[in-house]
Amino acid sequence: MIAFLGLVVGVVLGLIFKPDVPLSMEPYLPIAVVAALDAVFGALRAFLDGIFDDKVFVVSFISNVLIAAMIVFMGDKLGVGAQLSTGVVVVLGIRIFSNVAAIRRHIFHA
Amino acid sequence: MSERDSEYPESAEPPEATGRDRLRASVFKPSRGQTVVAILLAVLGFAMVLQARETGSDDTYAGLRQDELIQALNGLSAASRRAENDINSLERTRSSLQNNSEKRTAALAQAQKEVTTLGILAGTIPTTGPGIRITITDPGHMLTINSLLDGIEELRDAGAEAMEINDSVRVIAQTSFEDGSGGGIIVDGKLLNSPYSIDAIGDPETLDKALDFTGGFNDEIQSLGGGVKVSDKRLDKVGITVVRTPVAPQYAHTVQ
Repeated sequence: MIAFLGLVVGVVLGLIFKPDVPLSMEPYLPIAVVAALDAVFGALRAFLDGIFDDKVFVVSFISNVLIAAMIVFMGDKLGVGAQLSTGVVVVLGIRIFSNVAAIRRHIFHA
Repeated sequence: MSERDSEYPESAEPPEATGRDRLRASVFKPSRGQTVVAILLAVLGFAMVLQARETGSDDTYAGLRQDELIQALNGLSAASRRAENDINSLERTRSSLQNNSEKRTAALAQAQKEVTTLGILAGTIPTTGPGIRITITDPGHMLTINSLLDGIEELRDAGAEAMEINDSVRVIAQTSFEDGSGGGIIVDGKLLNSPYSIDAIGDPETLDKALDFTGGFNDEIQSLGGGVKVSDKRLDKVGITVVRTPVAPQYAHTVQ
């Protein structure tokens, strides 16, 4: 419940303050968001499995975001930024789908 | 990375409590550990909104390649050159129109001034200014148009710019004088009787002197048994309100 409220508060804050993304962060933000989403769905699945751990979640969330940003940074430096971003999004997307499938089985038993 | 499939295989044995129970418990009896999750989720929500807004904003040129960008830039600079040319030509037009309108305004002011001058001369507009008011009494009806004309000519000579007799007739170049049959004088077809009053606008000092010299107008009237009284000699404001309707010349034409 508190977790859900946190999500709502974050969205509302973003809507209220309408901050501009700093130019230096602009390329990293979308991938970081997708990576964080992956961490969140993984955590939800682990929670439903009964093996959720705060520490693991925090570490996985932060490391996901950092690694996503690093991959984009390296891709930009190597000149394959767009392709690497696509690859990361595809991989994270597949993971999100499989996690959501497990969550679905837990909640709906289907 | 996050909880991976390999870490939490789908084939793992479900614990005693099912996922649903745990979800329900977390909703109704939130543990303190949820705060950390809440904070991270808040960050995520914030970032998502940020990114969504960023994506929604102007990204016309975001996905273009270098060639396309160069082309777009060329197009834009050509458009801006055209716009600058337009601005220049419009500015030229504007300044020429301004010149025209200034000239027109000056001409209009000049014409207005001329209208005023000519209006005063032709007696078509009321005027006011310094001058004198001369009252002539003629109890014996001895005054003739010759004497009156003498006086008016003297006043004209002294620079009277506008004149009026008895507050009813404006004296201008075309004014006619005629002796009335039973005394009095007909000026412009209007019978005037004693006492006559002549309002004249001009330098009061000069006008007064023009009438008052030996053998002048004053003496002439007095020899006829009448009296001349000059009001106060210096009137700051003599009002001449009678106007004449201008008559368009029928025979006289301008010389081309």
